[in-house]
This record gives sequence, structure tokens and C-alpha cells, in this order.
Amino acid sequence: MAKESTLKNMVLVLTLITCVAAALLAAVYGLTKEPIEQAGVNKVNAAIQDVLPEFDNNPFEEKMELPLEGAAAVQSILYRESAPESLTFYPAAKNGEPVGMAVETFTNQGFSGRITLMVGFLPDGTINKTSIISHSETPGLGDKIDASKSNFSKQFEGQNPATFKLIVKKDGGDIDAITASTITSRAFCDAMVRAYNAYILYKLE
Amino acid sequence: MSKLGILTKGIFKENPIFVLVLGMCPTLATTTSAINGMGMGAATMFVLMLSNLFISLVAGIIPDKVRIPAYIVVIAAFVTMVDLSMAAYVPDLHKSLGVFIPLIVVNCIVLGRAEAFAAKNKPFDSMLDGIGIGLGFTLGLTLLGAVRELLGNNSIFGIKPLEGDGMLIFVLAPGAFLALGYLMVLFNKLKKRTSS
Amino acid sequence: MEYILLIVGAIFVNNILLSQFLGICPFLGVSSKVDTSLGMSGAVMFVITIATMITYLLNYYLLVPLNIEFMQTISFILVIAALVQMVEIILKKISPALYQALGIFLPLITTNCAVLGAAFLTIQKNYSFLGSITYAVGISLGFGLAMVVFAGIREQLDLGKTPVAFKGVPIALVTAGILAMAFMGFAGVVKM
Repeated sequence: MAKESTLKNMVLVLTLITCVAAALLAAVYGLTKEPIEQAGVNKVNAAIQDVLPEFDNNPFEEKMELPLEGAAAVQSILYRESAPESLTFYPAAKNGEPVGMAVETFTNQGFSGRITLMVGFLPDGTINKTSIISHSETPGLGDKIDASKSNFSKQFEGQNPATFKLIVKKDGGDIDAITASTITSRAFCDAMVRAYNAYILYKLE
Repeated sequence: MSKLGILTKGIFKENPIFVLVLGMCPTLATTTSAINGMGMGAATMFVLMLSNLFISLVAGIIPDKVRIPAYIVVIAAFVTMVDLSMAAYVPDLHKSLGVFIPLIVVNCIVLGRAEAFAAKNKPFDSMLDGIGIGLGFTLGLTLLGAVRELLGNNSIFGIKPLEGDGMLIFVLAPGAFLALGYLMVLFNKLKKRTSS
Repeated sequence: MEYILLIVGAIFVNNILLSQFLGICPFLGVSSKVDTSLGMSGAVMFVITIATMITYLLNYYLLVPLNIEFMQTISFILVIAALVQMVEIILKKISPALYQALGIFLPLITTNCAVLGAAFLTIQKNYSFLGSITYAVGISLGFGLAMVVFAGIREQLDLGKTPVAFKGVPIALVTAGILAMAFMGFAGVVKM
């Protein structure tokens, strides 16, 4: 069954198989490229829908990138240089009247790295709702930041950060941390504070 | 062996998880819930089926000395296809399985079946073998995932039959080892009873 | 300081075996004696560090510029397989003593998911070249530590009486579970 191995047929067969594999993969990559990008856009759109009151414009089309000054990710010799950090704002309006703003914010303080989430602010700065876009926190512990897993994120809803301290109770704030996941809870607050500060700055301008 | 025999032997008699003890990394890592276990099993089954079929087709023209690298290239190609398709059509599952999808390449089950079965058998039989072993793997993963989810989160497939929290430890890393260990004990007991 | 934190984190907090579940096959397979597990850890450390360096260069200087990142899986596994072969040949030539000690473990390493896993994780975590090497060293030290501790426990286990249904893999898994619980105590010591 198995063929005799000569240098010529070994090289030939391996080259052939690799070329076929590469060609097939390139084809599949081409086919899936668009759906993969679309899946990312859908995720963001679903999060915008989720965190804002009813609107009739297309916030995704009107998005604005606001670069963060000074607050860029901590540059360390251990990490590759990444593009300057920015927050993305998605303004929502109904009948031409602004009804809120969805802010895509992030934190690098998570227990297992970066957490990206969407926060919906009402025009007066009150937090409407939050929605997790991506995280890699421990299942069963840190992943309770996800609204479908626990009520942790609900305590932010309807609160105005002007009077409500976005810090966990252990550190003197108003937030009940997730049991056994203080690091994740602090990270969540960090992302919220970043979003709120940027939103206030944006409103002043 | 009959066609049905090839298809069903992976489920109990040669179950890859409980009898052959292969592919332990994804077994332990991705079974935090029943649905994750099932997704991982399905992805592996798909790769197994296609790689077995393809390798059985080309086994005759591959020189003996380079057969392992050749098999690995074939398997890696199918794994990447599964990886890309999952990212496109089931992004959430893809995200929660993470690095373990590309790691199907080094899952001993896939290369093991290619070498032990597909290289020596007809294409159709090899495909059935891939489906059978993949099914056994999927069942094992789903069972382990369901047990861990039920004990750790007090829910099954995301549905909560009763109020209250579970024993969190079973969703965390140590629980994976413990749950699999005890399931294997049960499996051994069961096997002994059926064989005696 | 950063280097030390990264290494300590990779050894204890996110131990590759006990919390990331990479490389479980050798963990359960070759860990019944302390000296074989020492040999295995040595070989793995060697391969992980070199493989991470090469896959890093390959990824950022070939795959990313050519925009063919979908070839990652294929190219990484081929690099690792070739590397393992090469290490075996070179070791045989220049250091027969070391080859004697590590030789039999080398062929097993190609299908050790810790090696490929480490290559993917360094890219996922966006480490620089120096960071990748540090991380790889940390991972392999963690691998070695867990292997050796586990082998020590298993040597003792063999002396006791084990119920028939628990013999072999099941009791090893339960032991690993308890060991993993102990390692959970390190959670939060270092932030990754």
C-alpha cells in the first residue's frame, strides 16, 4: 500500500498537498471573510440596540472615534506597540432629537486581559444599560459581568455617575463586587469610568 | 466488521474519552457548559470525518517516510476551514472555544485515526469511522459539560430547572479534573457490569 | 520586574496544565516517575522556547505582511514538527548525554498541545519578541513544576491500595483536580 520513499516523490507529494491545502484555504478564507466582518458589525449593532432607548437613526453610520489622550494603554517592553487607543461613540436620535449615546469602551485590567463593553448614556449622563462585547474572564467567576449570567451589571442602570461612585464598595464606592471576582469588578468599573469621563468631555465640547 | 459496527464502536466500546483516554486537553478545557462541549465535539467530528475520508483517498500515493507530515498538513487545512467557518457563522461559540479550535490539529484522536484506520481502509469506511469516533467524542464532551454545568451552575443547556446556585468549583479548573475522574469511575463500573 | 511578574504569573496563576489545560496528554501519560517527568519537562522547555521564537518571527515577518494569517495553523504545526526533528538530530550530534536524557520524549512533543498552544497564546496576548520569550520560559517552568509535583504524588499513590474502578487514569484525574484546587490559591497574586 505505502509507496517507496524516494527524495523526488517525497518532495513532490508534500509540495502538492501543501499547495492544494493553501489554495483551498485561500478559497474558504475569501468566502468567510465577509461573514466574519459582518458578524462583528452585527454584534456591535445588537449591543447598541440593547443599551439605548428606542431610536430611529442608524448610530453605526454616524459613529465617531475619540482618541484618548494620555490614557493610552500602558506601553511596556513586553508588549507589541499597538495603535493609539480610542473610544467609539454611536449617537442615537429619534425624530431628530438625540435620545442617548452608546459608547464602546474597554479596560485592560481584566483578570484575563481586555474587556470590551458598550455603555448607553441618556442625554443627561445617566447610565441606561450596559452590554458586554467581548471578554475572556473565567467562566463561573468573572463572566458574571455578562447581564445574562448575573445581576451585577444591573446595579449601574438608571444611575448618574455624577452622584453615584463607580468604584467597588471595598474601595469606598457604590458598587457591589461579584463574589470572588473583585479584580473583574474593578476592571468593569474602570471601563465605565473611562466611558463616562469621555462622554462628559464630549458634551462640553 | 459491518458498516454499522464501524459507526457505533466509537460510542461505547472504543469511546475516545472514557476508554482510549485521548484528546484530554479540549475535553477538560471546553466543557464548562453542555453547549460548549457539544460545539467542540461537533467541530472535532467534522474534522475527523473529512480528514479520514481525504487521507484514505490519498494514502496510496503518499511515500511512507513523509506520511505523518502529509497527514498533518491535511488535518491542519480542515481545521482552519472549520475555524474560519465557525468565526463567520457561530461567532459566540467560536469566541468561547477560543484557542482550542486551532488546537484540534494536535488532538491525538485525529492523527491517531488517520494512521490507525484511514490509511488502511476504504474511503467510505474511513468516513464512517470518523463519524463514529467523532460521535463518541461529542457524546462524551456533552455529558461532561452537562454534568459540570448542572453541578456547578445548577442549569443544563442554559436552562435552570431549579432556583439557586451550584457548586462553583465544578465550572472552574479543578472541577474539570474531578468530574472527568468520577465519570470515568462510573464508566468503568458500567463496563464491568455489562461484560460480566 | 515586569519580567519576573510575567514569569511568576505564567507559573502559578495561569499554570499551563492546571488552569489552561494545555499539554494534558504527557501530564497524565509520562508522569508516573519523578525522573521521567523531569526529562519530559526539560525537553518541552527547550522546544516551547525555540518554537515560540520561530513562530513569532514567522507570524509577524511573513504571514502578517503577506496578509495570509489563515495559514497560521498549518505553518505553525509544520514548524514545530520540523523543529522537533531538528532538535533531535542536533542534540544527537553535539551532546549525546543530553540526547540520552531527553531523546525518547522528543517525538512525543510534536503533538503536545502546550507547544502549539503557547505559540497561539503569545500572538493572542500581543507580546513583543522579548515578552514572548519570557512568557514561553514561564509557561515551560509552570509545566515542569506541575509535572514534577504530580509525579511525586503519583509515586506515593502507587504504594497505597486503590479501588479497582479508580485504578490508573481516574485516580490521577482526581489527584490533578485537588492539585488544581491548590494552585487556585494563587489567583490574584499577580495580575496578568
